[in-house]
Amino acid sequence: MSWSRRQRLRLVRGGVYAATITALVLILLVVDWGALGGALFKWGIVKDQFPDILTTALRNTVIFTIFGFAGGLSLGLLLAIMRLSGVRPYRWFAATYIEVLRGIPLLVTLLILGFGIPIATGWKWPNPYIQGSVPLALVAGAYIAETVRAGIEAVPRGQMEAARSLGMSYSRAMATIIIPQAFRIIVPPLTNEFVLLIKDTSLISVLGVTASTLDLARFGRNGVNDTANATPLVVAGLVYLALTVPLTQLAAWMERRSKAGRR
Amino acid sequence: MRIEALHKRFGSNHVLCGIDLYVTRGEVVCIIGPSGSGKSTLLRCVNMLETPSDGRVFVDGIELTDPDCDLDRARTSTGMVFQSFNLFAHMSVLDNITIALRKVLRQDRSAAEAKAQKLLTRVGLAEKATAYPAQLSGGQQQRVAIARALAMEPKVMLFDEATSALDPELVGDVLRVMRELAEEGMTMLVVTHEMDFARGVADRVVFMDSGAVVEEGHPDQVIGNPREERTKRFLANVRKRD
Repeated sequence: MSWSRRQRLRLVRGGVYAATITALVLILLVVDWGALGGALFKWGIVKDQFPDILTTALRNTVIFTIFGFAGGLSLGLLLAIMRLSGVRPYRWFAATYIEVLRGIPLLVTLLILGFGIPIATGWKWPNPYIQGSVPLALVAGAYIAETVRAGIEAVPRGQMEAARSLGMSYSRAMATIIIPQAFRIIVPPLTNEFVLLIKDTSLISVLGVTASTLDLARFGRNGVNDTANATPLVVAGLVYLALTVPLTQLAAWMERRSKAGRR
Repeated sequence: MRIEALHKRFGSNHVLCGIDLYVTRGEVVCIIGPSGSGKSTLLRCVNMLETPSDGRVFVDGIELTDPDCDLDRARTSTGMVFQSFNLFAHMSVLDNITIALRKVLRQDRSAAEAKAQKLLTRVGLAEKATAYPAQLSGGQQQRVAIARALAMEPKVMLFDEATSALDPELVGDVLRVMRELAEEGMTMLVVTHEMDFARGVADRVVFMDSGAVVEEGHPDQVIGNPREERTKRFLANVRKRD
């Protein structure tokens, strides 16, 4: 053919646009919007979700997230320091832990710890919040450890050398010089970890929670059973978005700002 | 300060091949030589930022290479100034200077800050106490770094190419502070490319190449009238660059 490269590109792009518009028109024509709206977003059911979806479900999701994050952050910091330690067994332990807990799906870990351990040992979780938060924190710790490690490694080597040359011990230099700077670097990725955790709390519902410890996902699912309508799940999804979108935007903004600041 | 038969190997790379060096109290010794000659490594062995492969290092009568030596404590008697300043980026100038006083020497904040303020005045940056490193020029940062090292009242000051990362117009302020320090009788070991500084300030100049001391002596002799072929070649190259 005698078309130039640019002409060919323009032709391809035009084709893609045309196909997209055709598909959209077809969807608009084929779908029964009234029925779909009635099944997914029925106003009467939407109103029925409140206030419990906020006072119980959202509250529980936030509790699981905060416990999971606080535990995961402490554990992640500890694991990151072990991972970078000069002591080989510490390094091995941390590396193995991180590898194993990141390699197993959270759902499986939740079931093993939440159900398997009690069945195997006869020991019972003291309450559903702990039963849900502890496995979450143990897994979050493995992910956060890698984030923290990246942050520590991003602090220039000279900072440690300057601290040591002033007579600080390794651990004091870590605590006063390296880790504070590492945290500044990792606030955006940590915010993203936090968002992931918010969504991961939805898996805790497999542990069979009581009416007072329902999280957003389980609340929505129960609502579907009660109403024979998908609206409660859609509302739960919107509440998740109300939490996660501002946080991911915040993380993106912080990332842009820190990039600009480094210039 | 004394270095005996110091060796440093990085894998199969023999960086320091048996260095002997003696610096008496109040003496200023400048180490010159081509890049890769082991000058910085030697300096970093003096406060054990690099662990020597072999040999012994003494500072103020204490052997740092002794396995039983409390290195954290011993390092308080050597102040180090780095090519890249290495100020703590998350702390104000004042905190940079006082952090080790407070955390290592356990001085209370007000005493440490009074001392820091005095040192800042001495390096000409009294008004920058509350600034952060990123707000300062390279020359200002390096002078803060000198003040930070001096705060620990070290017996020896080590300068690792302290002016090499600076824009030419900022070098003078840093060299002036170093010169004043030398005049006050500080014991100094200075790795530098500033031949004029070495010639004017040093009591002794050491020329290193390929991990060994090739020539040492009075600056007028080593820089003005070198005996060794390698020294002559190096100095000729430096002058060509200028």
